[in-house]
Amino acid sequence: MTREKETTLYLGPQHPGITGNMMVKLKVAGDEIVKAETHVGYLHRAFEKLMEARTWMQSFPIVCRICVPEPDPNEENFARAVEEIEGREVPERAQYIRVLVLELARLASFGLWFGGQSGSAGLYTMPQWTVGDRDYILDLFEELTGGRVYHMYIWPGGVRKDLPEGFTDRVLKTLDYLESRLPAIDNLMFDNAVFQKRAQGVGYIDPKMAREWGVVGPPLRACGFKNDVRIDEPYEIYDKLNFEVPTETGGDVWARALVRRREYDQSISIIRQVIEKMPGGEYYNKVPNPLTWTIPRGDAYVKTESVRGEFGYYVVSDGSTKPRRVHVRGPAYVHAVSLLERILVGANIADVSFIMNSLGTCPPEIER
Amino acid sequence: MALDLKGILAPFTALKQLGKPPHTVAYPMVKKPTAERYRGLHYNELDDCIGCGTCSTICQNGAIDMISLDGVEGKTGDSGLRPRVDNGRCCWCGLCVDVCPTGSLSLTQEYLYITDDADSFLWIPGVDNPEGGKLKSFYPESNAQSLLDYNRIPMPELEGMERIKSYAEVVLGYNQEEAQAEAERCISCGLCVEACPEHMHIPEYINAISRGEPDMALKIIYDNNPLGELCGKVCTRRCEDVCSIAVRGEPVAIRWLKRYATEQANNIDIIREILDPEILPPNGRKVGIIGAGPSGLTAGYYLALKGYDVTIYEAKKHAGGMTMYGIPKYRLPMESLQKQIGYMESIGVKIKFDTKIGVDISFEELQKEHGAIFIGIGFEVPYTLGIEGEHFEGSIQAVNFLREVNAERPVEIGQHVVVIGGGNVAIDGARIARRFGSDVTILYRRRVADMPADWEEIEGAEDEGVKILTQAIPLEILADKNGKVESIKYGMAEMVDDGKGGRPRPRLIENDEHIMPVDNIIGAIGQEADYSFIPENIREQLEFSRGRMVTGELKETKLPWLFAGGDIANNTADAISAIADGYKAVKGIEKLFAQKGQE
Repeated sequence: MTREKETTLYLGPQHPGITGNMMVKLKVAGDEIVKAETHVGYLHRAFEKLMEARTWMQSFPIVCRICVPEPDPNEENFARAVEEIEGREVPERAQYIRVLVLELARLASFGLWFGGQSGSAGLYTMPQWTVGDRDYILDLFEELTGGRVYHMYIWPGGVRKDLPEGFTDRVLKTLDYLESRLPAIDNLMFDNAVFQKRAQGVGYIDPKMAREWGVVGPPLRACGFKNDVRIDEPYEIYDKLNFEVPTETGGDVWARALVRRREYDQSISIIRQVIEKMPGGEYYNKVPNPLTWTIPRGDAYVKTESVRGEFGYYVVSDGSTKPRRVHVRGPAYVHAVSLLERILVGANIADVSFIMNSLGTCPPEIER
Repeated sequence: MALDLKGILAPFTALKQLGKPPHTVAYPMVKKPTAERYRGLHYNELDDCIGCGTCSTICQNGAIDMISLDGVEGKTGDSGLRPRVDNGRCCWCGLCVDVCPTGSLSLTQEYLYITDDADSFLWIPGVDNPEGGKLKSFYPESNAQSLLDYNRIPMPELEGMERIKSYAEVVLGYNQEEAQAEAERCISCGLCVEACPEHMHIPEYINAISRGEPDMALKIIYDNNPLGELCGKVCTRRCEDVCSIAVRGEPVAIRWLKRYATEQANNIDIIREILDPEILPPNGRKVGIIGAGPSGLTAGYYLALKGYDVTIYEAKKHAGGMTMYGIPKYRLPMESLQKQIGYMESIGVKIKFDTKIGVDISFEELQKEHGAIFIGIGFEVPYTLGIEGEHFEGSIQAVNFLREVNAERPVEIGQHVVVIGGGNVAIDGARIARRFGSDVTILYRRRVADMPADWEEIEGAEDEGVKILTQAIPLEILADKNGKVESIKYGMAEMVDDGKGGRPRPRLIENDEHIMPVDNIIGAIGQEADYSFIPENIREQLEFSRGRMVTGELKETKLPWLFAGGDIANNTADAISAIADGYKAVKGIEKLFAQKGQE
């Protein structure tokens, strides 16, 4: 058998199939990948460094920009880390509102994922639907926070403004609509024989490897592990809610898709519970003058379950008006660099974007 | 492998969607309205904005700079600058709106910005969208939604009726926690610096206090004010009038914070240790200062630091001038003043007490001995009321009354006292009379709001039981057959327009005259200076205007070696203006000697 000639192929940073501004350098033999290398550096905006030169409050609008599809875990993490170091109490209502926002952001992010996962398999109808439906969630965000994509809403001490009059009713109405769309989505994507054939057995992650490599989120749960920060180390008011952590055992793209599809149902259920239990009272524990506000010396590591997995912030204060260090630990650092490079080997060129989407790679988490 | 028939057919159900109407709107024919809280382009209410620049300070993108605009003039309490937003940098986080102390800045529903200048993203809110005020969408609906704190930490005080039992200081002062909390309210806009006659480094020392460093604050205060503690107690605080926080709330307690910082150093040694002053070696230049009031002391202190040989000539027993003899001890205790003056003496300021120019030493001799002379004698001669019966026994002047009380000389005052006037001296006189147990009424021609006195002083007087009778004009003082004051006749007035757009003036109402029985009448309608100690030939060469000496930028007079400051050389006649005069005169005197040296 003669070995095919190897060719180097550059996927990205300008490529419709790539998940953001990164690049994968591929060595291919025919259409089979022999070697993959992730290249980053196209998106570096030095968020972590920027914060060291800004006051605590000035840093708050920066963090959301670390993730476009789901900015809110960043805001929640930063706020909670600051509150933890300072010992600041957050009103219960604010915590409920935070969870409401986080779960809405999760739904919005799933909307993009449905589109991305199917689109990268050539199923172009799905992005038209789900990205459109996502806009109804963005409308809710606009009403609540004043911004559609970057909300700048969860800040140290609570949330920025209270829920508008009748807001929860509109959330419930939107949830009903989104739920009503699910049968059509299932018909087109999950019951689709072509999609199933494309997804099954592709991008396989061995459960042992998943553990050892620090894989998190849906890719981990698709390997049979029931790990979710919301259950394992509940934050805000997640311990007061009832929900399931869906798992699969396949470890491939198909298993990851099924996990996400079932998480979508869970998020809808969580939001309904939050709205039902929403307490009254204050939504903000006012912080001192943002120009002179100092945080006592100390550090905190906090994490949330983002749609892509465990998302952590390590914040250090030297007792001044500015953070000494903010370190962002996003799942994509593992998923898009070491993991992707490994599981692409042996895959078909046509599946690269498909696998990337299933891992939830997001370059800004690598280049903070 | 079995044929997955469902899996092949199911996707085709998507065709059902074809019949449904689209979600999108036909932009630009149809526009979707933005949400109520939408964070769009900026709008600035230009008339409400005071150019404090806090928006520019908080902007973490460096997108806002402060520029001057045609038609916007700078004035006290308004820098004259207005924000300009670089829409290429702005991220519409709205922090600028959350920290705007006036509430003039907001974000609007607008999100389109089209310009034919491809290089420019610059946008002047309020100028580029004059109609934007109708589209405001992101703004703090109440003070509670602002990031700033509009409520002052209350100052602990003696209770009103407790106060009049003694001359104990009424204001008790902040503790460290209170001072720090109050200092943290400051947004360092610096409008106060411009308003302060002495341009003290207010944001800097407040910041030092908020960091818990009162020693650093003291150093900053002494940088251009050697009577910081005095100002911390009795300053007329024009800084607080212009405080940007005061537009929507209570101004930062700048005076009380200064008081806190200076009081931490409670004796001369500690002040010296903290300040560790650098005193230049003697330069052989001699300066004579007439009057140890705030202006003379300030000039003396900074000249002494620079190596000048300074002698202050004071006619009375103690230094401090009006702050010693005019201001009641419940506002400015003797020990506080002595401490500050003692520290000045410790760095080389010489003060000759009980030395009256023209009596104990002649003006000519003084002139011969010193290369430069600074006059800061203050206004000590009270204006007369100009009504019948002023000469009767029991009709006295507030400045004389206060002087005698402060000098701890015996003073007698009757049960019923009327004070005439509405300035700080009138209030001081009334509150001191209350401490003698008298019933005190202040007669004032205009309304309370027109009173030149500090509002806190007016409130303090009322708390202590002083009655204020406004729109009452004294007409005549009546006496008994022994020539002793028996009652005062006054007429009620109505406020009428002065016809020139100025403040309304009082006009007597006919046949609305009243008589109030009194034992003492205390006049407090102003003072003037006594220049008789200056020899005629020198006085002729000086310029006077309405009882004040005319001086230049550096407090120089027509005679190159003669400088003047304090009440006799400024129109505001308060301690901080006197300190500012003294500080300016130091520069003038240095300039004079530098020129002399070149000759």
